[in-house]
Amino acid sequence: MSLINQRFRGPWTLFKKEILRFWRVSFQTVAAPVMTALLYLLIFSHVLGGRVEVYPGVPYTVFLIPGLIMMSVLQNAFANSSSSLIQSKVMGNIIFVLLTPLSYLEFFLAFLAASIVRGLAVGFSIYLVAICFIDLPVTHPLFILGFAVFGSGMLGAFGIIAGLWAEKFDQMAAFQNFVIMPLSFLSGVFYSIHSLPEFWQKVSHLNPFFYMIDGFRYGFFGQGDISPWFSLSVVLGSFIGLSLITIGMLKAGYKLRG
Amino acid sequence: MNPAIKIEQVHKQFGALQALNGVDLTIEQGEFFALLGPNGAGKSTLINLLAGLSRPTSGKLSVMGYDVMAQYRQARHALGVVPQELVFDPFFNVREMLRFQAGYFGKGTENDAWIDEVIESLGLTDKAGTNMRRLSGGMKRRALIAQALVHKPPVIVLDEPTAGVDVELRHMLWEFIKRLNREGHTIILTTHYLEEAETLCSRVALLKQGEVIALDSTKNLLASMPGKKLRLKLASILPASLKEMVRQQEQYDYTLSLNAINQLEYVLAELRSANVVIEDMQLIEPDLEDVFVDLMGRK
Repeated sequence: MSLINQRFRGPWTLFKKEILRFWRVSFQTVAAPVMTALLYLLIFSHVLGGRVEVYPGVPYTVFLIPGLIMMSVLQNAFANSSSSLIQSKVMGNIIFVLLTPLSYLEFFLAFLAASIVRGLAVGFSIYLVAICFIDLPVTHPLFILGFAVFGSGMLGAFGIIAGLWAEKFDQMAAFQNFVIMPLSFLSGVFYSIHSLPEFWQKVSHLNPFFYMIDGFRYGFFGQGDISPWFSLSVVLGSFIGLSLITIGMLKAGYKLRG
Repeated sequence: MNPAIKIEQVHKQFGALQALNGVDLTIEQGEFFALLGPNGAGKSTLINLLAGLSRPTSGKLSVMGYDVMAQYRQARHALGVVPQELVFDPFFNVREMLRFQAGYFGKGTENDAWIDEVIESLGLTDKAGTNMRRLSGGMKRRALIAQALVHKPPVIVLDEPTAGVDVELRHMLWEFIKRLNREGHTIILTTHYLEEAETLCSRVALLKQGEVIALDSTKNLLASMPGKKLRLKLASILPASLKEMVRQQEQYDYTLSLNAINQLEYVLAELRSANVVIEDMQLIEPDLEDVFVDLMGRK
């Protein structure tokens, strides 16, 4: 702590607190999503393995892993910022942060960074467990890292928006079940969008999760449904856009400062 | 020297509700100040505005000379707020929570000695490693006070600090707050216990419907209340001629209002002529509650 310049201690403390908050319940926040991803892998590879080959020379089980990792990264990055905010709002302890000299930008950066760390921690854990059983190639590690960081950042920002907007756990659950889940399940985690009818392929292109999954997968196999650079542009654009909205909401004190 | 708190023509509107209506208030450094008023008078709104939890519709507020909006960092450094509700972060223990709170204010490990001092002063040493969830209501209240002090603010606002705490803890908190004031902290207290304000505070502001209706030293406010109260325990019913003076009654226990001390003679004479036996009698000076009731009813 003393190594951190006094000026940055405020946001650093908030970041550290957010990390500790999810780490204290790591069975729920890290181990459980890893378990869920492995169950998906087990079931889908058992049912479809050997019958489906999405990319030439890539078995279905191997194809599935990057998508499952990225889906977990995104869902957990969202869950981190959104659940922290809604809990603090409902419990009332958000006041401890609001009373401090932390700026809206520092607040945003601390929550965002903690979401990215949680997303990456879950993703890396799934990767580590998966490679114990399956040989997974890594073709473009920088793409993998880039999509994981910006994707989790985008969902972290989205989580802050949801956490600010929601006033009850019920509203947050609705956000999770009716926005995040459909977007992640319909993003091509379990299939290539080329296997879909043309109409649904077009619809998939409207889903930002599709670009994150496809670009992330490209990092492993060196092949994807669309150009990874285009996907990266979409992800970066979405990340910047959502960040600006979030910063604007925090600056206005939306549902935080009356 | 800048005042500890300066509030100038502050208005706050929530939709159609005018929560504060042109409040002007200056609290000097080192004062022990009470902010009183019935529920909905605007006390908490005013505190929220000072703390930056809410924004004024118009007007200016400053803490130690720092504008709470334009210079919010300095203003919040100068202010410690003890909230009314028993809020806590369920993930951490008392010491962790205090360290985090100090960290938000830019304080690092060099502040740990002060945190230990606060923990000890508030009798939290045994509970420093206990998760906030496991603390009793009284201990949570102490932890909240400790949290407001970790960054050593010169101005401390306590919003109903003794609400729902037992007598022993209340007195312990009073002593602690008095000590803070002796050490130079400006204290602003809101409370429903008027006895508390009367005992502790040197100056009082009374709020009603978003306006300051009285602002004076506690001494002057008490002096402004004419007459005394006479508490009587009688063996039988009070004569009808004295009924107009009754303020409170419980069976044959009566509290009468005396406009002047010479009315005592009249009361005793009436009781004698009605052959009513006095079992006990007490003459009481007016207290802040009388001032409060009088002002609230009058304006």
